[in-house]
Amino acid sequence: MGATALRAPREDVRPPILEMRGISKTFPGTKALRDVRLDARSGEILALMGENGAGKSTLMKVLSGAYQADPGGEILIDGVPVQVTNPQVARDHGIAIIYQELSLLPNLTVAENIFFGRERARHGMIDRAGMRDDCREVLQRLGATFGPTTLVRDLSIAERQMVEIARALHTKSKLLVMDEPTTTLSARETDRLFALMRQLRDEGLAIIYISHRMDEIYALSDRVAVLRDGSYVGTLDKPEISAERLVRMMVGRDLAGFYKHDHQNSRAPGRPVLEVEGVTDGGRRVHPASLTLRSGEVLGLAGLVGSGRTELARLIYGADPMVGGAVRIDGVALTRPTPAGALAAGLAYLTEDRKAQGLFLDMSVQDNINFFVCDGDARTGGVLNRGRAKQRAFDAIKALGIRVDRPTTNVGALSGGNQQKVLLSRWLEAGPRVLILDEPTRGIDIGAKAEIYRTIDQLARNGVGVLVISSELPELIGICDRILVMREGHIMGEVGGTSGTAINQENIMALATGVTL
Amino acid sequence: MIAKSVIKTNGANTPEAANDDAAQAAARRQRIRSIIQVVGMLPVLILICVAFDLATGKFLTARNIAIVAQQASINIVLGAGMTFVILTGGIDLAVGAVLAVSAVTAVALSLTGMAWAAIPIALLSGLVLGAVNGSLIAFFRLPPFIVTLGAMTAVRGLARLLGSDTTVFNAELPFAWIGNEYLFGIPWLVVIALAVVALSWFILRRTVLGVRIYGVGGNPDAARLSGIKVWAVLLFVYCASGVLAALGGVMSAARTYSANGAQLGTGYELDAIAAVILGGTSFVGGIGTIFGTLVGALIIAVLSNGLILMNVTEIWQLIIKGGVIVGAVALDRYRNKGSART
Repeated sequence: MGATALRAPREDVRPPILEMRGISKTFPGTKALRDVRLDARSGEILALMGENGAGKSTLMKVLSGAYQADPGGEILIDGVPVQVTNPQVARDHGIAIIYQELSLLPNLTVAENIFFGRERARHGMIDRAGMRDDCREVLQRLGATFGPTTLVRDLSIAERQMVEIARALHTKSKLLVMDEPTTTLSARETDRLFALMRQLRDEGLAIIYISHRMDEIYALSDRVAVLRDGSYVGTLDKPEISAERLVRMMVGRDLAGFYKHDHQNSRAPGRPVLEVEGVTDGGRRVHPASLTLRSGEVLGLAGLVGSGRTELARLIYGADPMVGGAVRIDGVALTRPTPAGALAAGLAYLTEDRKAQGLFLDMSVQDNINFFVCDGDARTGGVLNRGRAKQRAFDAIKALGIRVDRPTTNVGALSGGNQQKVLLSRWLEAGPRVLILDEPTRGIDIGAKAEIYRTIDQLARNGVGVLVISSELPELIGICDRILVMREGHIMGEVGGTSGTAINQENIMALATGVTL
Repeated sequence: MIAKSVIKTNGANTPEAANDDAAQAAARRQRIRSIIQVVGMLPVLILICVAFDLATGKFLTARNIAIVAQQASINIVLGAGMTFVILTGGIDLAVGAVLAVSAVTAVALSLTGMAWAAIPIALLSGLVLGAVNGSLIAFFRLPPFIVTLGAMTAVRGLARLLGSDTTVFNAELPFAWIGNEYLFGIPWLVVIALAVVALSWFILRRTVLGVRIYGVGGNPDAARLSGIKVWAVLLFVYCASGVLAALGGVMSAARTYSANGAQLGTGYELDAIAAVILGGTSFVGGIGTIFGTLVGALIIAVLSNGLILMNVTEIWQLIIKGGVIVGAVALDRYRNKGSART
């Protein structure tokens, strides 16, 4: 404690709003954080980076009071040591955390959400009018286009985030932590969020911002702090920030051939394995769409969030009812428009939301990997072939570098990147002819991304047709042979391949937005 | 129980992070934790047994243990069916009524020239009723609670109808041995209950169907998108619950040589649900074991038996039983803090 006073002041005279020092956190069997420090100052945006599993979320949970740090570390707020024993203490000290999974109540209004747990009363009656007026003021300050009486369930994800921010402002928070706020936002919504974050920073708020997206870090942050394997690696000030440096700090090595750029040379697309003709859901989200995917080809599907990419993929896979059109795998028309039918024909689909629609979090890594193939492996009477299942799990863990102690560990205990690898393994083991990957690298760390790019390349070399949906253009540009672009439910055009249009961000964005840049 | 890791490790156990000692310690701890979770309520059961023996001096005798096991047997069978259903995130409130239909059917048929068909047709009645419930839930997407709540009432009516609203009785019941005879000194009722547990364990842990039951309960969307016919799984679990309830009906009829459509089996569904929940199975599905249900059913039977031995009045028996059920589950959740999901 005495060291606090003696500590040499930094060139910045403002005292840090938050200082965390010597924070360690031990879970049974693992040390999630080791002597980590972090400081955030008012009027700055501090980016917190690190691979999944590096300890970012754990550190923020310690800050929020959700976890208790090991004895020995300390958290200072405005220079005063504070025991953050529970989330309420953190809130009382002006720390607001906006998680990826938003914590709003969808059936209540915006005002009710903002005041939830702190409802204002007059004469023992809830003061709805007063709360509404207060709420309207905050919303105006944020430039929101919705009012306090709107139901939260009618808002988009971006608007819900704004409600969370409004709630944080309303509780007079001094420090705002945002955990990957842009993963589910479109480019336009992201821009609006960034403008808002800059505005709040200029008003004197401190913002800690967790992200995997390099371009966002450049655009937004004043400083970047990096964690790796539970330890603090260092902090870069704005002029020092560069992609190479950050990657090296995060993974401790250089990533050569990150996107496997060389792949085009050695892959030769063969005959069509997936033919989609006029597939539509009746025009609600997807207008009749056609595409052809060849064996050994990686085809990208680009477009803004909400442009109908996922909806089209789900129609092809039979996850949602198709109203018109036809799907052929290897030249054979799909007769049963269900996932089971598609899988039987050799078409697999990796969902965009691995936790909600892909994994069985309470089941082991081994069971998750074998979930589909265990039927084909089974002995007579549907008795599991456990030796085979074990072997498959073992092979998959090795092939994709899944970080897990034993195959019997629950998949829910893994980091996002490792979870994604497990889900991907489920389909790799199935040996599909066509694989649709929907946001295969969303929210996962750089190391895991590289593994997944390598796997996609390998699949294509083995003659699988791969359709990749992604919101990250550099990723699509890096791994795809050609890219189809969707806007408002239509396939607007193609870049790369024989289209005569070069694969670059400008051409894709022009098709995606309808605006020539 | 599926070995749940209580704490998210955040993947921090990299080769350089965890040296061999730490890794071994972690592995050992996790093994102990998974053993605790597999064992579940067993310590509570043992504790209650020992307490009753100390209090009465005649609880842990071979004769009394046989009686307790016999009393638990029907609930074990119903609980096994209920375990399947609850693992998929559903509920079957109709088992008590299905049991009554089956018992009335079996006894009534035994009085006719088709006595040989009494048991097969009784079991078939359970299968059909379970299939009706399952179809409504699987194909029409109706909530299991509503469907089986309706079935509970309608099937109860059916039971009274089949027995002409009287007690059917057969002193010469051809299958009375099930309820009254022994196999190598073990009551047949207990043998059947243990066989059901063994078969259920095999289905849940050693077959593709079992994996799919856990999958459908754990994440129905993911199950469907993984090519699973969710409707088939749901249909199976309600059929299984129906057949096992019918088996319970046969066991009950065999024991008493009689069946009353109006009274037999009322409230049995609640005992079966209590056994499953005491056994640590998650009410939202996806987590649980048949072994837990066995222990849960035994706890309920032991409580009834022990309290009678202690001459506790029936009123207090109810109050104490209810309290112990809630208390035991609360203890379990507290112990597994962080992994509780009910």
